[in-house]
Amino acid sequence: MHVFTIKNLQILDMPPFNLELQAGECIAITGDSGCGKSLFLRALADLDPNPGEIFLDGKASSSYHPWQWRRQVGLLPSESSWWLAKVEDHFPGEGANLYQQLTAIGLTANILNSHTHRLSSGERQRLSLLRLLRNKPSILLLDEPTANLDNNNSALVERILKKYQQDHGATLIWVTHNLSQARRVANRHLQFTKHRVREVKGI
Amino acid sequence: MNIITLSGLDLTLAAFLIFLLGVLSLFLRLGQTRQLFTASVRCTVQLLIMGLILKLLFAAANPAAIIIMAFVMLLSAGQAVTSRIHRPLAGRWWSYFFGVSAMFLSSFTVTLFALLIIIDIKPWYTPQYAIPLLGMLLGNTMTGVALSMDTLTTTVFQHKNIIEGRLMLGEKWRDAARDQITGAIRTGLTPIINSMATTGIVALPGMMTGQILAGSPPMVAVTYQILIMFLIAAGTGFGVILAVQITARHLFDHRHRLRLDRLSDGDI
Repeated sequence: MHVFTIKNLQILDMPPFNLELQAGECIAITGDSGCGKSLFLRALADLDPNPGEIFLDGKASSSYHPWQWRRQVGLLPSESSWWLAKVEDHFPGEGANLYQQLTAIGLTANILNSHTHRLSSGERQRLSLLRLLRNKPSILLLDEPTANLDNNNSALVERILKKYQQDHGATLIWVTHNLSQARRVANRHLQFTKHRVREVKGI
Repeated sequence: MNIITLSGLDLTLAAFLIFLLGVLSLFLRLGQTRQLFTASVRCTVQLLIMGLILKLLFAAANPAAIIIMAFVMLLSAGQAVTSRIHRPLAGRWWSYFFGVSAMFLSSFTVTLFALLIIIDIKPWYTPQYAIPLLGMLLGNTMTGVALSMDTLTTTVFQHKNIIEGRLMLGEKWRDAARDQITGAIRTGLTPIINSMATTGIVALPGMMTGQILAGSPPMVAVTYQILIMFLIAAGTGFGVILAVQITARHLFDHRHRLRLDRLSDGDI
């Protein structure tokens, strides 16, 4: 089971901070816009240079190839990107298995034929999530995964994420503006303010 | 066949056409009158100086002088490339360096190949051949390199979310930026491919026209034009591919991160 350790991570002008997460934990990240929550997730996915260090099971991120690291520490961006014409182009290989996975997120195989620019925001987000989960990441970095979704889609995405967390013992780092969602999904709570990051006891 | 040399009066008459165009552009408020006149004056002065230098070079036929000349041409081409990129690499020196390296490796190699192996002129640095060949190659490679580097930096900037989205899914930088890289190369190569495809039908190339006006038999001019077209296509192609590869490499670091901080703010 994996331990995720963050040492001396430096975001914006805040003092460096440390954090350790056990397998299967979910930590909610809250705070105003512009406090560096997205930058925090980007730093964890090794998308920006940072003087701090991050370890997965005691192994530093620098000892992984960057592409291996990002498959292990998967970031779901708040806006998903689709660079090919059709949905199926983004899901190469895996016929039958893929159909099952689509059913599990409430979609059918028909969606594979759709043009990516015609997807609804709910479909986009669920497909973006499925695309990421197919890498089987042990750590999931979620940048407001339900921010643009209606209640039904929001609940659906929450369920998919919790199920993945249970099935794979994954660790979730979940940025949200919704405090009741934070209480529902997380067992720990990290609060970002303009000047520092602090963990709030008792969520 | 007699060559009719042009007098100062002949050129003045041609310049009168430019003057008319300037008046028209003023009348239409194109805001380009000044550029048109500056460009015409530059064209005249630069070509006259080039003519004088060539006269000296042809008389001397000194390899050192020709090599210095070649490098002056290369460095000016580098300057032109840098000035045509809307969003150059931060620290303009990098764009200059990459552009010059790509042009050096492609144009110089192709020119040497033509001089030593194809035309097989002795000595290889005979300025009547070396300088015009290098000039044609550099001029065209320059356009391709500038176009492709501009396209690369612009599209990478615009498609930041897509490229990073692909990196997040565990792609290597070369895969994540593949569309932008091939797009930039394609943009740099399109003009020369199009011009090869239409030459002789739509347009008579300047070099060939010049040769024919100066008295060469058409078939000699044509074979030289075919040679030049092939050399230009090859030189531009190699130069564009090289320039795009090294520029793209520079936009990512060893951890396969997209480093847009290595682009300057630009003017778009």
